[in-house]
Amino acid sequence: MSQRYNRGAVEDFGRWREFSAGMWAWIFHKFTGWVLVGYLFTHIAVLSTATSGAAAYTGTIRTLESLLIVRLLEVGLLAVAVFHILNGVRLLFVDLGVGLTSQDRSFYASLILTGAITVASVPTFLAGAV
Amino acid sequence: MSTQKQKQTEESSEETAIETETSSHQQRRLDEKAARKADREAQRQAAEESLDDEETVKLKVFRFDPEVPEKEEPRFDTFVVPFHKGMTVLDALIYARDHYDSSLTFRHSCQQAICGSDALFVNGRQRLGCKTQLADLDGPVRIEPLPHAEVVKDLVVDMEHFYDQMEAVEPFFDADELPDDELEEQRQDRQNREKIKMSTRCIWCGACMSSCNIAAGDNEYLGPAAINKAYRFAMDEREGEDRKEERMRIVEQEHGVWRCQTQFSCTEVCPKDIPLTEHIQELKREAVKNNLKFW
Repeated sequence: MSQRYNRGAVEDFGRWREFSAGMWAWIFHKFTGWVLVGYLFTHIAVLSTATSGAAAYTGTIRTLESLLIVRLLEVGLLAVAVFHILNGVRLLFVDLGVGLTSQDRSFYASLILTGAITVASVPTFLAGAV
Repeated sequence: MSTQKQKQTEESSEETAIETETSSHQQRRLDEKAARKADREAQRQAAEESLDDEETVKLKVFRFDPEVPEKEEPRFDTFVVPFHKGMTVLDALIYARDHYDSSLTFRHSCQQAICGSDALFVNGRQRLGCKTQLADLDGPVRIEPLPHAEVVKDLVVDMEHFYDQMEAVEPFFDADELPDDELEEQRQDRQNREKIKMSTRCIWCGACMSSCNIAAGDNEYLGPAAINKAYRFAMDEREGEDRKEERMRIVEQEHGVWRCQTQFSCTEVCPKDIPLTEHIQELKREAVKNNLKFW
């Protein structure tokens, strides 16, 4: 059902404020999925330094971990991964046809749980960096 | 048909005659038209002012008419309509059309959520005009045609594509075996009836299709309403296994059930509360069961 001309306010991007829970879950799931794909490349890049010797790998990791920005990014990575896992479990239930009427509540639950786990992880990730 | 054509040619020849004769007639007509327009505007203003001590609702209505050059550009018109208890969005639109602007175009018929002709985009959500209470909405109420469909005029959208998708799933009862006696009833057991009950309630309004942003990007996708229709017949045990297999072959294609990404938009907006996502998911499982074999 595409349409051929600009309909002004109907197609406005400002409509994201009117999205419902299921739509937000979909958008966040896509976003976190792409972030994880992106991380995979950096992950492989860092691990591959081990091919040129143990010292090179240790050096790389030590340099990275000494940077505050990397520590912060790690917290973000955990948040993204946790949400993707929890919402993935939610989607498994949706695929099984279990609890479809409470799909919005399970989305909110995965958001809250993600927030809680992320906050709890901050001391571990930032230890010694701040 | 033939008389109409004749009339048309007569009219056009008349018009050219007038044009070649002199423009004074035309000028007079245009003046009269402008006077009528000013008169109407004054009347409308007077009518709106007389509503000052009444409870009113402000509507912002999407207007567009590709056939009139001045109305080609989409715009919003504001109508102030007297409110009464139990008034629906459709009631307000009817009032605005009857009292302010007779060119305001929208579909409506039964006005009781059965015909499915007045699905509109009201305050950023697909709703049935006749089933939406104005009292439940924050004003000013913004009324637009269904998104992701081509606008024909004002609030009227082209439903052809939606109907094509509905017909693609063969939405009619077609049993493998008919009873020997033609007049014999084809009975359905209670559990089976209960299973398909919600799916039979579809009124073909197109709200779900308009809310689905997968359907918006993929014209081949059957869409929630059509898949729900397929569910209604595929799950009907009276049809028999062979027919069910044929029906599954239609929906289990790439642009059938598998395009659904469970955003729940359709379930959210369905004015008849059909659990569309649930039905699509069940058909997905059915398709997997039919095609996945471990031996």
